[in-house]
Amino acid sequence: MSPAWFEKLSDGLTRTRDSISGQLNVLLRKGPDLDQAFWDDLEDTLIAADMGALAAEAIIGRLRSTATREALPDAAAVIDRLTDEIEAEFASVPTDPLSESPVVVLMVGINGTGKTTTVGKLAKRASEQGRRVLIGSADTFRAAAIEQLHIWAQRAGVNIVERERGADPASVCFDTLREAKAMGADLILIDTAGRLHTSPDLMAELQKVRRVTERESPWPVKAVLVMDATTGQNGLTQAAEFHRALGLDGVILTKLDGTAKGGIAVAVSHTLGLPILRVGIGEGVDDLQEFNAHDFAHALISND
Amino acid sequence: MFESLSDRLQGVLSKLKGKGRLSEADVDAAMREVRIALLEADVNFKVVKEFVATIRERAVGADVMASLTPGQMVIKIVLEELTSLMGGTQARLALSNRIPNVIMLVGLQGSGKTTAAAKLARLLSKQGRHPLLVACDVYRPAAIDQLVALGAEIDIPVFTGEGDAPVAIAAAAIKDAVARLYDVVIVDTAGRLHIDEEMMAEATRIKAAIKPDQVLMVIDAMTGQDAVTAATAFSERVAFDGVIVSKLDGDARGGAALSVKAVTGKPIIYVGVGEKPDAIEPFYPDRMAKRILGMGDVVSLIEKAQDTAPTEIDAGMEARLREGRITLDDFLGQLRQLKKMGSVTDLLGMIPGMAGRVPKDAKIDEKALSRTEAIIQSMTSAERKKPSLINGRRRERIAAGSGTTVYDVNQLLKQFSEMQKMVKQMRPSGKGSKRHRGMPGMPGMRSPF
Repeated sequence: MSPAWFEKLSDGLTRTRDSISGQLNVLLRKGPDLDQAFWDDLEDTLIAADMGALAAEAIIGRLRSTATREALPDAAAVIDRLTDEIEAEFASVPTDPLSESPVVVLMVGINGTGKTTTVGKLAKRASEQGRRVLIGSADTFRAAAIEQLHIWAQRAGVNIVERERGADPASVCFDTLREAKAMGADLILIDTAGRLHTSPDLMAELQKVRRVTERESPWPVKAVLVMDATTGQNGLTQAAEFHRALGLDGVILTKLDGTAKGGIAVAVSHTLGLPILRVGIGEGVDDLQEFNAHDFAHALISND
Repeated sequence: MFESLSDRLQGVLSKLKGKGRLSEADVDAAMREVRIALLEADVNFKVVKEFVATIRERAVGADVMASLTPGQMVIKIVLEELTSLMGGTQARLALSNRIPNVIMLVGLQGSGKTTAAAKLARLLSKQGRHPLLVACDVYRPAAIDQLVALGAEIDIPVFTGEGDAPVAIAAAAIKDAVARLYDVVIVDTAGRLHIDEEMMAEATRIKAAIKPDQVLMVIDAMTGQDAVTAATAFSERVAFDGVIVSKLDGDARGGAALSVKAVTGKPIIYVGVGEKPDAIEPFYPDRMAKRILGMGDVVSLIEKAQDTAPTEIDAGMEARLREGRITLDDFLGQLRQLKKMGSVTDLLGMIPGMAGRVPKDAKIDEKALSRTEAIIQSMTSAERKKPSLINGRRRERIAAGSGTTVYDVNQLLKQFSEMQKMVKQMRPSGKGSKRHRGMPGMPGMRSPF
């Protein structure tokens, strides 16, 4: 890592930068001294990124031991190692569930995370890649959810199966699969209503949606959790509950174009063994990227 | 998955009651736990630093009250400071005499503004106002349709305007409101990032055009550390007056709410507690403080009980509660209401420490509930009013009469005495809150279940 990283990082590590030794280090183009202030600042950086206080403490604790044991020469080396450690926390899978063909994907999550927008983005990308995409509009609860998804289907240029508001979501899935078989679809994206994991009724409804979909589908059925990058520690509880209820195959992290670092994704991925499949970086139809653990880890601890 | 602050402190501090003063060692151990508990609750780390420093000052050398363990003493201090930081007493929506009053909602994408707008409109309508909803989110697909559909559901008119310039739509809406004699205008705006210069400038322009009486920022209860960054930016660019915290029906502890209040100083006025238009409540700082510490929402539980049986609100009982007295008849009455409510699993989740620990298929021991009921019914009126009367012979009689054992009767009386103590302690100290409705904390509920 070149000294350029230090300028970026040092904004976050104000104490070390403001101290005299800190300024000396800048002059000498060295990283900050590995003193208590450095470690405290580093821990704060992780906490500020929503990695969680206990997790941050544990990571920094291990890192300090490593630094001593391996005689890491300076802060640059420590930061490099930290990036690697965070990167290593992410679970991965041999194949991307979204790339399987044919495959049915249920998009689930809390209210307001960006499921519908993400369905639109995935549909467009897949369509551009030559896949035959079908969207199922199974959010039959929220006002104008069907209209919203309809517009996304138009933007993506793909077909959509809709019923009236208030229809049984499982029956929409049924209809969607029937249409998928008829048209020879190879990517079926089903949008579901946002719901809190704390509602037993709504979680049971989602389980029914999955059951019906699996029963009707000759192809694999995946469940993907769409999660907002601004979510705090409750995100782990959310993911755990959805995973318990449905068995998730992965996570898509949205709204990373804001200032939140999405550190909760680390715990979710590590604790539940779920890969982060994509990241959302804006409201536009093309604002979806592949997930890169190294880049994510790097961005998490830098300040930009 | 998470421990409440009480659980944490139990582990590190003495369990002796009235242990004298809190030593520095006690305080150090406690402050570490307080810090972790608040961070795990998503309180911003800078706010936590300052807060812990404040608590430490109060805690060192503090006398541990006779009836409390050191841990409970620390919690008492933390609760008081948290409540005070959250705004002490309830804040109200400051409406003026201007016609129409204009309320503007702002916030990040997905925070719940549109739903909040509808809830607010319905609430104000029920209070006798004539609101007009205004759809200024011209960006999100079908956002306007969403507000229109919600308006139809709650029978509140929605102004959609012409064209796709939010500033013009908002200004036209105000004119329309004046002409058609609406006295409150609620303007829903598009979700926007605080770092999106264009969108923040637009928000400022909308505000300048309509000169709202209140700008409310809607914040998702589950937001993490970034809540402060966003709120500070909105505060500096748009200058909001108050906050609505949404999705509080989840189990997020809601530390973001505390952070936003601490850093911007703006009061939280309402909380959203569900997706339906009636799911809006005033914000109670003390309840939020307890929630952040993982202490559950016991007052909500009792109010819910009262809601399901509105004719059984007993003025006599309220008076007794206020004076810190409570009888077995009161206890019986509450138990009966609980039986009626049906969904006891939900209620269990509201008990301090139970949230997250309630197994989904928990079988509530209805028998134990009935047993307790039978025991109390076997008592004479005098015995219920004054349980200290109940000697050994009476206990035997009560046990026989209710088909239980003396052991069961003893258990009930012990729990009841704990509850009486708690009621005495939670008695409002005179000044602020005369709001204590229902029975705060029902320790007796733990064992019947």
